[in-house]
Amino acid sequence: MSLTIKIEFGGGLELLFSNQKSHKIEVPSKIPARERSESERAVDLQYLIFWLRDNLLKERVELFIENGTVRPGILVLVNDTDWELEGEGEYQLKDGDEIVFISTLHGG
Amino acid sequence: MAPRLCGLCDNARAILKRPKTGQQICKDCFFYVFETEVHNTITQAGLFHPGDRVAIGASGGKDSTVLAYVMKTLNDRYNYGLELYLLSIDEGITGYRDDSLETVKRNQQQYDMPLKILSYDELYGWTMDRIVSQIGKKNNCTFCGVFRRQALDRGASMLHVDHIVTGHNADDIAETVLMNIMRGDIARLGRCTLICTQGEDTIKRSKPFKYAYEKEIVMYAYFKKLDYFSTECIYSPDAYRGHARVFLKDLEASRPSAIIDIIHSGEAFELKDEVKVTQKAQQTCKRCGYMSSNELCKACTLLEGLERGMANAGVTDRGRKKLEAEGPAPENLRTIPMFQLPNPNNGPSTTISLEASA
Ligand SMILES: [Zn+2]
Ligand SMILES: [Zn+2]
Repeated sequence: MSLTIKIEFGGGLELLFSNQKSHKIEVPSKIPARERSESERAVDLQYLIFWLRDNLLKERVELFIENGTVRPGILVLVNDTDWELEGEGEYQLKDGDEIVFISTLHGG
Repeated sequence: MAPRLCGLCDNARAILKRPKTGQQICKDCFFYVFETEVHNTITQAGLFHPGDRVAIGASGGKDSTVLAYVMKTLNDRYNYGLELYLLSIDEGITGYRDDSLETVKRNQQQYDMPLKILSYDELYGWTMDRIVSQIGKKNNCTFCGVFRRQALDRGASMLHVDHIVTGHNADDIAETVLMNIMRGDIARLGRCTLICTQGEDTIKRSKPFKYAYEKEIVMYAYFKKLDYFSTECIYSPDAYRGHARVFLKDLEASRPSAIIDIIHSGEAFELKDEVKVTQKAQQTCKRCGYMSSNELCKACTLLEGLERGMANAGVTDRGRKKLEAEGPAPENLRTIPMFQLPNPNNGPSTTISLEASA
């Protein structure tokens, strides 16, 4: 089972992702257990961020991830809602979700 | 999880958590409070008077694009009675400024505002591309900063505008406060939090977004689907500012009020009179008539250095002395046209060369 997720990059962040703003990706719906004591869990936004790093990011990872989450100054929206209202990294992804990442760090 | 309702209207679904207050609000309420706060900033500082001609310093980036949109909105909604212009500076950076100027030209259409583009090339005879090819990437930001500041004033003068508004936001100002503290630049620290700066005979500059958080500006642009350009300048960004920015963003992540708190700290510093005295008196540049604290303004010094193949002359005191030792400036030296302070009353009677609407 996998989920189809629409990804949008903006504010210059697309430059790290092949200079392409829109992506359609498929991620597994469950995160497999890493150890026997762990059970598999539903895929969340935190997982997606690392999935993007491993599968879509082309350069300069330090401009995208810092201390296990997106770098401060990157805004994240879940279906056009501020991710701060959706539990941030703990938000559980649903099939068809649209996730937007916008950098605020580029010149005004 | 049930959708959260807006903390203001208690009616629509919340889409944004405000960094300033932590409040959760819906899209319409967000637009309204964002615009109203800028309006309050403008009225409390008494920035404008009916009939004022005001230029918006437009780079095509997020801040100035949102500023142009909001200024137009507020001017219409509250009858400010302003004549608004877009003023852009073309530094001559291929692959950076040429693209962002396309954005400004679209904004000219979208917002129905006259646009003036002034280039380094026509004003100084040098593009940034050519300056960098001569001096390398070490001091290029010094040249660009000095040239841009003067170009904006000259563009304003050509538009008969005596007031420029810029898109500097709360994050930018907090960042500048931090940098001035780290550099020990007390004189600038006192000035950098002012919403409006004006010397005796300079062109007024204001920052209507002084209290607007960057997060909200970007969210506003996103939800309004405003057309802006975002790429870092290809010639080495200012590294020191970059560090201050990252530090500030880290602070904000742990406490969102940090940005406003730092601005308030900056405002709370007061300059003693004896410090103020050490600041040089303003005069006018003997070569180009621009405001200057020396005989020659910074731009003329930099330009002379470039023209005489001694680019460091305008950057360091040692370079300056070396240039002077080489003798006086040659007769045929390229100079900047004489500067004249704008006379806003002249506006309608004289012709202004503007960009044609495509
Ligand atoms: Zn509301
Ligand atoms: Zn001069």
